[in-house]
This record gives sequence, structure tokens and C-alpha cells, in this order.
Amino acid sequence: MAGMELLSDQGFRMDGRKPNELRRIRFKKGVFRQADGSAYLEQGNTKVLAAVYGPHEIRGSRGKALHDKLLINCQYSMATFSTQDRKRRPRGDRKAQEMTSHLKQTFDAVVLTELYPKVQLDIFVEVLQSDGGNYCASVNAATLALMDAGIPMKDYVIACSGSHMRDTPIVDMNHLEESSGGAEVIMAILPRCDQIVFLEMNSRLHEDHLSGVMDHVMVGCKDIFNILNQQVQDELCQKTELDKIVTTG
Amino acid sequence: MRETPLSNCEREFILNFIAQQKRLDGRNAYDYRDLRIAFGVSLGCCHVELGKTRVLAQVSCEVGEPKQTRPHDGVLYVNVELSPMACPSFEQGRQSEEGIELSRLMERCLKESRCLDMESLCIVSGEKAWHVRVDIHVLNHEGNILDCASIAAISALAHFRRPDVSVHGEEITIHTLEDRNPVPLSLHHMPLLVSFAFFSQGKFMLVDPSSKEEKVMEGKMVVGMNKHRELCTLQVTGQMLLLKEQVLRCSSIALTKVTKITELIHEALDKDKQARLKGEKHGFAMLVSGDRVTANRLPTTEVKVDTLEISDEMERSQSSSEDGESQSGNEPMEEQIVATPKESAVEILTKGVGVIGEGGTSTWLDIPQADSKQTAAKKRKHKLEKMEEDEGSSEEEEKVILK
Repeated sequence: MAGMELLSDQGFRMDGRKPNELRRIRFKKGVFRQADGSAYLEQGNTKVLAAVYGPHEIRGSRGKALHDKLLINCQYSMATFSTQDRKRRPRGDRKAQEMTSHLKQTFDAVVLTELYPKVQLDIFVEVLQSDGGNYCASVNAATLALMDAGIPMKDYVIACSGSHMRDTPIVDMNHLEESSGGAEVIMAILPRCDQIVFLEMNSRLHEDHLSGVMDHVMVGCKDIFNILNQQVQDELCQKTELDKIVTTG
Repeated sequence: MRETPLSNCEREFILNFIAQQKRLDGRNAYDYRDLRIAFGVSLGCCHVELGKTRVLAQVSCEVGEPKQTRPHDGVLYVNVELSPMACPSFEQGRQSEEGIELSRLMERCLKESRCLDMESLCIVSGEKAWHVRVDIHVLNHEGNILDCASIAAISALAHFRRPDVSVHGEEITIHTLEDRNPVPLSLHHMPLLVSFAFFSQGKFMLVDPSSKEEKVMEGKMVVGMNKHRELCTLQVTGQMLLLKEQVLRCSSIALTKVTKITELIHEALDKDKQARLKGEKHGFAMLVSGDRVTANRLPTTEVKVDTLEISDEMERSQSSSEDGESQSGNEPMEEQIVATPKESAVEILTKGVGVIGEGGTSTWLDIPQADSKQTAAKKRKHKLEKMEEDEGSSEEEEKVILK
């Protein structure tokens, strides 16, 4: 779209953020009663629901069971009302399948799968409103849902996207910035160990800028981690205090 | 059909081998297999062989309506077909997860990197535009289909010529191939994918994994680059945790490979162009020549093998022990073997047959060698003279024989 600048001369983006500023994050754990673990996460205007069922016996074909590891079954879907134009998406859509396999790989690497051989874990992610950063919000929501379900993991998995625009690296892009055609780097990391679980890059980016963008995205991930961790710890403290009151009182 | 899984001992062997910085086929860690690019008679058809992995790409185009969101651009479709011909574990029909991953990576490499100028494919804005289809068929799967497919797709796009279009006001004429020469597509740059396989939690890294190495690997990284040092695609898959430095190192290795392969592609394109201009035979027929004895001969690969060179001292000690055998009976030979390890090249002719050296002179009989033709001629002359002299005696000899 000509005339709209993604990064103004004063250094502000379209929605008024600075280049390294994240969107507002709000989340809530335990939104479903049926599921073993669930979470609802908002990152700016992107709203994602995640639900975790398991670990339970393998459903369907027993042949898929892994004799020494947990089988993680992911399903990612976008609601028809999630984008600007209402699109009927068949479940087997190529992009949805790609996203599903990426989520599965991410969590395969982080969940302690050796502890649950021959069983299955289901992770369902539904995007209610999509405004850029779908994968990132899905991963963050699924992490929280897994924590809510009590599945042991190596660390939080936090994902964030970034790009390089007009010689400044920007972080946490919305839909407009994503579709502008600039390069997009999406990373999922373990924030406390600095290890990359998943990395994806689209469109063209010069090799020299890669290191800078990756650094900024890592910093963005760590910021998201601080936000999530802070609230999770607070909730835990509140819960233990309430429990103390109940047991003593 | 389900593929037979790799046995545990094979898996352990390959992993130990890789830990010793060696590969099953004798390559170095960052070496590609033999790459061969051939073009077909029809424009836009390219066949690439990477070792034994073979991929065929075909580009075709037709006129259609542009997308509503982008009325000034043409449309590019990329499709990867995995048929059971390539590998028995591929199923006909419904695309497996692997097929979808390959398709998406090829789509991202070609479409989202903007390698093809889409605006030049527009005929009438909003109404008519070229739809270009790239169909990639995997003919044989011996590891690393992705690199092979990307080379084939880019070469095919560079080779392809679309019909010429002329617009006169309201009239649009699409010229046939006989009318006007077809026009090449405008490629901005050539993005190529390079695959890396990781082992032991990212400690060891190999470029261009073969099918056995792919079955054993823990994680995979695909880097798409062009020779101008621009990254077009990056994807890390698998169950391993990487560090930032590893990613940056891979991208610099990928750059060297991509520059080399881009040169190869340009060479192949030039060769094909020359052959067409001169009217020589070109196309796939040149790939497979069936009427020569060496038609099925594979290119020989040299493998370094540690051999022991046993020096003369061993022979001397052997002869001495022979003399002393009668005296001392079964005296164990002392360790006088002086064996120096030497590297000699083993030439692998075909599967299971290797040749060290090429044989030497015969050591059976002490035949004095004929030095030159002159001495041979002299000997013949000598013989003739002798015969003339002995003519007289020949009758006698005959008589002797008859008796």
C-alpha cells in the first residue's frame, strides 16, 4: 500500500509502537473445565485459545505409538471469522498442516517425552482473531496450557517474530507489517538457556542483518518470558496463600 | 508400503562414524555429491541428479485471471509430487506430511523470495495474466530431495520461454511459437536451498545428507540463499536445540555452496543454448546413451584406505626363519615386521567391487621384454636367414619326423 509508511521518520511504527516494543500481552490459564490444561492468550489483537488433553492412551491406530517416547498430537486451526475476510478453511489446508507440524516439532523438542512412553498428548490450538504473529501466540498459549496441565518441560517455550525495516530491526509484527513484504524471522527459544527450538525466515534478508535481527528477537522473547513468568508466579503465590488459609482456617 | 526401519547396529555405526568426522561414502562433511544438470528438448524441462537422487522439474504457463488482491501480478504455482517411484514409502494420492513440508519450502523459496518478476507476467491489469506452474517430480530418493528440487526448479525457470504477447490498444495477440520467438521469464535472482543435518545435539553437522544419514539425523536446517548473500528462506526442524552461532556458521557455509552451484547452473544453461544454436543434439537423449559398452559405468569414486606397507625386513626375517626351521622347530617369529601405514586410493568400480592399484608387471616368468620394434624386426630377419641356411637340412628333419 503506497503512502503508508511502516516506520515513520520519528521512529514510530504504524500502530504507534517503537521498533523494539512488544504488543500488549494478556492471558489466563485454566479457562476450560474439561481439558486437562488450557490457556487463553492475547498478543495485541491476536487472540488464541489452547487446550491440552493428556497424557492418555493412544486413540485411533495403536501402530502410531512410540515405544520409548510420548506421542504429541497437535492440531492448529483458524476460525473462519479470524481474518478480515471470512474464509472457509478446510481442515487439511496446506498452511494449517505446515503450522501443525511446526508446533509438533517445537513441543517434541521441549516436553520431557521419555517420561511417558506409549501414550499420547493432544494439543489443540484455535486462533480466534488473527492479526499477525499467529505461530508465536500459538506457541506461547500452548506453553501456558501445558504448564496448566502439569506436563513436565525443559523450560518455557517463548516465540516472537522480528524483521528488518529501514535499517532498524523491529519486533513483534502485526498483520500489516507481515504482509508488507519485508523479511520475517520467527523464533521459538528456551529463554533461560538461550537455545533455539524453532527458527523460520521468510522473504529476503541480507546475511549481514541476520545476526542483529536474531539478537533483537531473542530479547523480545525474553521480555515476553518475563511478563508471562511474573504473572504465573504471582498466581501461584496467591493460590498457595489461599490454600494455607483453607487448611489452617 | 511402510519402509523398513534402520537397524540399531547400523544406526550406531553411522553415528560413531560421523563422530569420527567420516561419512559412509567417503565425502568430507561439507561436500556435495556429484551434481549433473540436463535440460530436455522442450523448453522449461530440467533434470537434476545429485548423487543418486533424481528430480525432474517442468515449467508451463497459461493465460488466466490474476488474483483479486493483486491485479497487477501474474500467478506462480509450485507443486512437488512424491510418487512411489521415488521411494516405496511415498504414497500415491494424498500428500504425506513430508510432501507438504517439501511443497511449502519450495513455495517459500520461489514465491516469497520474489525471485520471479510477477509484474512482467501481467497482460491486462485485473483481467488477464500469466499463470506459471512449476511441477517438480521426484524420480529417485536417495537423500536430500530439497536441494535437488530447488536446483531443478530454478534451472527450469531460467530455461523456460513463454509465448510473446503484443498489446495494440484493446487488442491482445498471443503469438504462437512459429510466429515469434518465445520470451524468457525475468528472474531477479536464483535462490537455492542448502540442507544441513545435525547430529549429537548439534555437535556435528553435515551438508547434503544421504538417505541413511537422513534417517539417523536429529535435526535439519534448510538455508535458502542466493549468490548476492541474501537469505531467502531459513527453517530449523527436528528435535534439537541450536545456538545462534551455529545458525550463522551454516549460513556462511551455504553461501559458498550456493555460489558454486549457481555457476554450474549457468554453465549448463550456456551449454544447452550453444547446442540449440548449432543444431546439435540436445536434450535428455544425451544423458542416457545405451549403445556403448560403458553405458552403465558409474563414475569411479576414490576412497582413501589405510594400508600397511610391509618393508623388506620382514622378507629377510622370513627367509632366515625358513633356514632355522629345521633346527628350532616351531619358533614363533619375532616381531620384526616393520609396517608403515600408507594411504592408498581405492577405486570403486561398482557396488561391492574395489580396485587398489592397477596391477603390475607379471612376476611369474622372467621374460626378457622386447625393448623396441627394431630388435623384434632383427630377430625376425635373423630367423629368416637361419631358415634359408637350413633349407637343406629341413628335408632331413622332415624325414626324421615322419619316421
